[in-house]
Amino acid sequence: MRIIRFILKKEFLQIFRNKAMIPIIFFMPLAQLLILSNAATYEIKNIKFSVVDLDQSKFSRELISKFTSTGYFILTENSYSVSEAEDGFKKNTSKLIIHIPPDFEKDYRKFGTAKVQAIINGEDGAAAGIINNYTTNIVQQFAKGVETEWTGVSGTEKNPRININYSNWFNSELDYKTYMVPGILVALVSMIGLFLAGMNIVKEKEIGTIEQLNVTPIKKSQFIIGKLLPFWIIGIFELAFGTTLGFFIFNVPMLGSPFLILLLAGIYLLVILGMGLFISTFTNTQQQAMFIAWFFMVIFMLMGGIFTPVESMPDWAQTVTFFNPISHFSRAMRMVMLKGSGFYDVLNTIYILSGYAFVMLTFAIFRYKKVEG
Amino acid sequence: MNRFKGFLIKEFYHIFRDFRTLLILFGMPVAQILLFGFAITNEIKDVKIAILDEAKDNVTREISDKLLSSGYFILYDNLKSVKDIEPEFRKGIIKEVIIFEPNFSQNLYKTGNANVQLIADASEPNLANMIVGYTSSILMDYQKEIAKSNNTNPSINTEVKMRFNPNLKSVFMFVPGLMAVILLLVSALMTSISITKEKEMGTMEVLLVSPLKPFQIIVGKVIPYLLLAFVNAFVILGLAQFVFGMPIVGNTILLILESTLFVIVSLSLGILISTLSNNQQTAMMASLGGLMLPTIILSGYIFPIENMPYVLQLLSNIVPARWFITIIKGIMLKGSNFSYIMKETFVLIGMALFLILLSIKKFKTRLE
Repeated sequence: MRIIRFILKKEFLQIFRNKAMIPIIFFMPLAQLLILSNAATYEIKNIKFSVVDLDQSKFSRELISKFTSTGYFILTENSYSVSEAEDGFKKNTSKLIIHIPPDFEKDYRKFGTAKVQAIINGEDGAAAGIINNYTTNIVQQFAKGVETEWTGVSGTEKNPRININYSNWFNSELDYKTYMVPGILVALVSMIGLFLAGMNIVKEKEIGTIEQLNVTPIKKSQFIIGKLLPFWIIGIFELAFGTTLGFFIFNVPMLGSPFLILLLAGIYLLVILGMGLFISTFTNTQQQAMFIAWFFMVIFMLMGGIFTPVESMPDWAQTVTFFNPISHFSRAMRMVMLKGSGFYDVLNTIYILSGYAFVMLTFAIFRYKKVEG
Repeated sequence: MNRFKGFLIKEFYHIFRDFRTLLILFGMPVAQILLFGFAITNEIKDVKIAILDEAKDNVTREISDKLLSSGYFILYDNLKSVKDIEPEFRKGIIKEVIIFEPNFSQNLYKTGNANVQLIADASEPNLANMIVGYTSSILMDYQKEIAKSNNTNPSINTEVKMRFNPNLKSVFMFVPGLMAVILLLVSALMTSISITKEKEMGTMEVLLVSPLKPFQIIVGKVIPYLLLAFVNAFVILGLAQFVFGMPIVGNTILLILESTLFVIVSLSLGILISTLSNNQQTAMMASLGGLMLPTIILSGYIFPIENMPYVLQLLSNIVPARWFITIIKGIMLKGSNFSYIMKETFVLIGMALFLILLSIKKFKTRLE
């Protein structure tokens, strides 16, 4: 115990002596949390669109005003040919072109059917899909309105109808911030933890001070624990502080128990730090360690369901997320904070994370050699 | 010039001797593009749902079958009462509950009105939105099928055409973003490490007293990484084109020039970071911790910029990747020529100049 205390003291001294690192460890993540949580939204609004209205009838104007009155669309341009309008795609001034062919109104009155063309900029597939939904819905509504106006009865009323009522539980206003704050917080804490731990031992190797440590009577496990604890404490502190900020600034709910979050975070940090130390033991330079850590971090983050739902991945990728600690932890964080899940709901996650922590730490301890060569 | 060549050779030795770093440097972009290209899609698949069927008649069974055979949903549980819904959601496995009211088919055919309720777990708002959308469209399909006989209603059809990405492949969105992330981080990280490493090891002193001018030291440090980043860019573009069928509609040479410009911006960023930090750890934490998330989130890579609050839209202007992503998307997907991306290009040139001037000003030829 005394030995560990000495290592701890040394590590903390080292961390706090480096004046440039303190803002990077403490302020940068929190600043990013505050700023980026606002940016991470999938909500599609203010869709810029242009109109090619070749009909110029009362009908076509009504359809267009239907679009502008939803609040989702902003009309940026009226042009008289599709190719001219498509220029707006290249200049990024529009995402959607509503092309109303000539005789739009006439066709409808004569044959009962008319056609509108929606040309969507598909670069961003997800957004294009949503724009497509909005557009067809608006045209559908418009058609229904016109139909009632013309025939006096709504056509669908003649047919059997299924009414769909839906409600969004746990976040009825679909506020992305409550979803993103826990996610980004997890990403930041993992990054800081993995990078710091990953560089730690290898730095001693590079500078040569590892030799001095190796000739002391410190045991392998004491050494690893001493290296791990400072970052564990920093990580827990940041997570707690970030969650508090989220609670007060973004009104992210905390329906479950904060202690359960701390428990989960404690185990999770062991996994991440263990992994960092493991990387640190088999690399030779800080550069190598950083690159490996970065490689895994990007994969963990982008495939862990923080930004894009795991449910939108193919089967094999969903299987792979089982081995992704970030995915388990961020899911559990969100469950506890946003849905009020209790201990038994996340018990499975606790088991899995503990398993990973055990494996990682064992690896790190075994891999660390006191003897050269 | 001879001196400079010698210095350059030294730098290349440094890089090629460290086989592991080299392996990661080239292996990483490949692994990441392949992984993300195949893994991230916009469709939902195998979402676990629960059904609370209070009617249990032919119609509800038909609808359930239709939902479950779509490939989007997997039935996780049949619930018995409304009370079960909340605990079930808390377990975090199911994402939606579908409730059919009692006497569903009678209601549907006698009164013409039957109610179904969808409850989505909106703790993931985006997913909830998609799930409700998919479910509703399957329900509407069913309704259309049973109403088929009655199909003479007047209608307005929307013909939808997707430009640039007809199948809405998300790879088209991912490749430009990933390219920006990889080029930026490789360039910024590698240069900042390589310069601070000399400081940390004490060899910077040796370089500074050598007849090499500071400017030559910097250029010599940068050139190898410029080449490396270049190779990476080619690999990424090749994979995008041959594995994922992403077209390069526009001019390839323009694309390469713009990529070089972006790499130069990233390298200057790396130099600036290294002049501001004294050891590798600080340099790495600053370039990774400080650049990774902003590049992913504020660049329009995953989240569309025009949906962000106004202040953040302004802030996104200082993220180099934002401009670069617009440029590559323009060239690769839309075939834009230079006149369309002129503004973006000048912004990047301006950033490069600014960063280089700032680093020259901050670069100290003396060690404290």
